[in-house]
Amino acid sequence: MQQLTAKERMKIPRNPMVEQDPNERNKNFLEVNQGYTAQMAQEEAMRCLACPKPSCVEGCPVHIQIKDFILQIAEGDFLGAVHTIKQDNALPAICGRVCPQEEQCEQVCVVGKRGEPVAIGNLERFVADYEREMNKVEIPAVGSSNGKKVAIAGSGPAGLSCAKDLAGMGYDVTVFEALHQLGGVLVYGIPEFRLPKDIVAKEIDGLKQMGVKFVTDTIIGRISTIDELMEEEGFDSVFLGVGAGLPWFLGLPGENLIGVYSANDFLTRVNLMKAYKFPSEDTPVLQVEGKNVAVFGGGNTAMDSVRTALRLGAKNAYIIYRRSEVEMPARVEEVKHAKEEGVQFLLLTNPIQFNGDEEDWLHSVTLQKMELGEPDDSGRRRPIPIKGSEYDLDIDISIIAIGNGSNPLISQTTPDLETSKRGTIVVNEETMETSKKGVFAGGDIVTGGATVILAMGAGRKAAEAMHKYMSDKA
Amino acid sequence: MYKIIEARFLAENVKLFEIEAPKIAKKRKAGQFVIIRIDEHGERIPLTIANSDMEKGTITIIVQSVGKTTTKLNSLEKGESLLDVVGPLGTPSHIEKVGTAVSIGGGVGTAIAFPTAAEMKNQGNYVITINGARTKDLVILEDEMKALSDESYVTTDDGSYGYHGFVTQKLQELIDEGKKLDLVLAIGPIPMMRAVAEVTRPHGIKTIVSLNPVMVDGTGMCGGCRVVVDGKSMFACVDGPEFDAHLVDFKNLMNRNKMYAKQEHDALEQYNHECKLDKKIETLSD
Ligand SMILES: Cc1cc2nc3c(=O)[nH]c(=O)nc-3n(C[C@H](O)[C@H](O)[C@H](O)COP(=O)(O)OP(=O)(O)OC[C@H]3O[C@@H](n4cnc5c(N)ncnc54)[C@H](O)[C@@H]3O)c2cc1C
Ligand SMILES: Cc1cc2nc3c(=O)[nH]c(=O)nc-3n(C[C@H](O)[C@H](O)[C@H](O)COP(=O)(O)OP(=O)(O)OC[C@H]3O[C@@H](n4cnc5c(N)ncnc54)[C@H](O)[C@@H]3O)c2cc1C
Ligand code: SF4
Ligand code: FES
Repeated sequence: MQQLTAKERMKIPRNPMVEQDPNERNKNFLEVNQGYTAQMAQEEAMRCLACPKPSCVEGCPVHIQIKDFILQIAEGDFLGAVHTIKQDNALPAICGRVCPQEEQCEQVCVVGKRGEPVAIGNLERFVADYEREMNKVEIPAVGSSNGKKVAIAGSGPAGLSCAKDLAGMGYDVTVFEALHQLGGVLVYGIPEFRLPKDIVAKEIDGLKQMGVKFVTDTIIGRISTIDELMEEEGFDSVFLGVGAGLPWFLGLPGENLIGVYSANDFLTRVNLMKAYKFPSEDTPVLQVEGKNVAVFGGGNTAMDSVRTALRLGAKNAYIIYRRSEVEMPARVEEVKHAKEEGVQFLLLTNPIQFNGDEEDWLHSVTLQKMELGEPDDSGRRRPIPIKGSEYDLDIDISIIAIGNGSNPLISQTTPDLETSKRGTIVVNEETMETSKKGVFAGGDIVTGGATVILAMGAGRKAAEAMHKYMSDKA
Repeated sequence: MYKIIEARFLAENVKLFEIEAPKIAKKRKAGQFVIIRIDEHGERIPLTIANSDMEKGTITIIVQSVGKTTTKLNSLEKGESLLDVVGPLGTPSHIEKVGTAVSIGGGVGTAIAFPTAAEMKNQGNYVITINGARTKDLVILEDEMKALSDESYVTTDDGSYGYHGFVTQKLQELIDEGKKLDLVLAIGPIPMMRAVAEVTRPHGIKTIVSLNPVMVDGTGMCGGCRVVVDGKSMFACVDGPEFDAHLVDFKNLMNRNKMYAKQEHDALEQYNHECKLDKKIETLSD
């Protein structure tokens, strides 16, 4: 490898992601980011200073050995790099695409102190794609069967990662999923243009090859309670990775008008049920083409909803958010992409009422301007309404994307499972064990709506502890 | 895959299916439903579990064809399969011994009311059933309802069978006769449920209806099934589908159920057109 000084490395500009043209991509559902070429990846890897105490690793929620894998990329050892990542991250092709790197590894990257940080996410994505596209994905070795059975509820990133580790250790793992399709938010929430469903399907195929059993159409808590799983169906331990699937509404007048969707409803119809292909797919979605669409919220879900609406032909697609852009929880890249694609941002603006006609069809939203006051509990400046600033905006479809609470289905049927006031499942943070013996939980059901990487990490941490629990028990 | 063990029409456009789903058969309680998907392009639609047979491991659903999915479903025969059946969903009916309980079914609502009416009887109530249809040929489950009732009435709008008139008229007569009714369950078209609620309201008779908003997941995840009850938003798939009739905003429900009317109409037209073409091709190749 060419030896460069730190100064020389700092001078190399960050390689931008190859993207579809904004005016093309806002009309199709193909992936926006096209990925690096091998050459681009190696160039980008040259920017890393190989810090003796790499802060990027500290910034990563699961402590991927970032420096090591970047050095491997620089040397052209792409498969070695992906193997390094996989020691800590079970889902690199997915996380490389959806992690908020700008507030994790890349935020603390030393190169970023004086310019743009090393594009760690893009590199992670590159090696994971390289491995998959070259058909070099190795199915992890599976330990000899130890005869113990594990049940996992939910096939999102938490459940999948937990399943992978336990299957590797020789457990007989069954994943139960409520929906007809596997993948959780990765398939019903995050759209194809950001995370191609093939990638998720490949991950799941890998788990099937490891012997993990998947049972769809199965709602734990309804068809089998946790007690029944453990007492009647012979499972030695249970992991709950059921996500945070209970959409919050704004609680405003007119919220039940036709045309007011939750983001989950809208995205599920379009992504999971493929309503954009109606009528060859049977599930409809309201006509978006030529309509004015407002999305309320500032997170990834809001960006996904508004960009989906744009792709379905919305005349005007608005993000309406009560704080300012800096407070938006969405990944910076998604906000940038949304703007490039033509999404209009109405910031410091809050809805106060939905207005409809005689037959309950939404036709406008009454909005109010806000200003920022003192910081609130979340440390972000609190938005305060400006009196007299109300106005009406013509809107045909509103999508509410202000977050999700915890679905109570499991806690209702498991009285001895301790939950917080917010309805999340309470766990020992070291082991992810719940108040119920042998039952572990992780992901959004524990943290409230969070991130894929945290859910993945929690699933793996639980797998470790479940292994210990079952080994001690025997 | 969920195999169809039995399929037969009960009336024009109303078909009964027994479907192999042993776990659901074991678990389900009166008032609960399943969501089915016919094939990989299919919509997820909710259908009440009308009955179950634990020994055979089957559940019974009774389906009225109203649009594309139900029409397609009703063209399936014994031996064929459904791709997805998930359940049991919804909060079970909460039925206790109250005295005299009335079950009112309109059209296919009779099938939806059947399991709860049976539960009324199980709990030791004096059960009156009133089952309405537009005309004689559309009357369903007459014998089954009779068997579980202490008093049973069939009404037809055109007077071709049983009592001539609406179910609400029969209900009003019972009240006028001075019968003390303690509980009324009404399931059918929204205007019928609303009318029943108005008949019982002045008498303070507790009245339950089963609501049928458009659903997707059936687990509380999408919020598309929300209905307004007592001024508050409720998710019918988890908080219901049964609610206190005197508190339901029927107008909003009726309007919301028309949400996809245009798309549904077009889809059905296209489906029927394709079916006709298929038939034509079949006759040509015969
Ligand atoms: C639109 C959208 C965009 C997002 N974008 C990003 C992003 O860019 N980056 C990022 O890091 N995070 C993002 N997130 C958040 C991220 O997707 C979640 O934090 C993550 O998926 C949580 O994983 P999980 O495994 O805990 O749950 P989920 O992914 O929610 O999976 C839970 C699964 O459990 C199933 N289930 C629920 N109840 C039961 C039951 N009783 N029995 C059986 N199965 C059940 C559900 O159907 C679901 O499939 C986004 C979320 C949304 C909604
Ligand atoms: C809890 C519940 C239990 C039900 N039980 C029965 C039953 O036992 N037997 C029966 O025949 N019908 C039942 N229904 C109604 C049945 O689900 C609808 O008739 C069916 O979805 C219509 O689909 P379609 O494609 O044939 O008609 P479409 O042409 O799509 O729609 C016709 C009407 O059905 C309703 N509808 C459409 N899509 C859905 C959907 N995804 N979910 C709910 N409603 C929808 C709408 O109000 C629409 O106006 C029940 C509904 C609910 C909510
Ligand atoms: S902090 Fe930045 S420069 Fe330092 S090792 Fe990590 S990626 Fe390389
Ligand atoms: S059907 Fe989705 S929340 Fe009820």
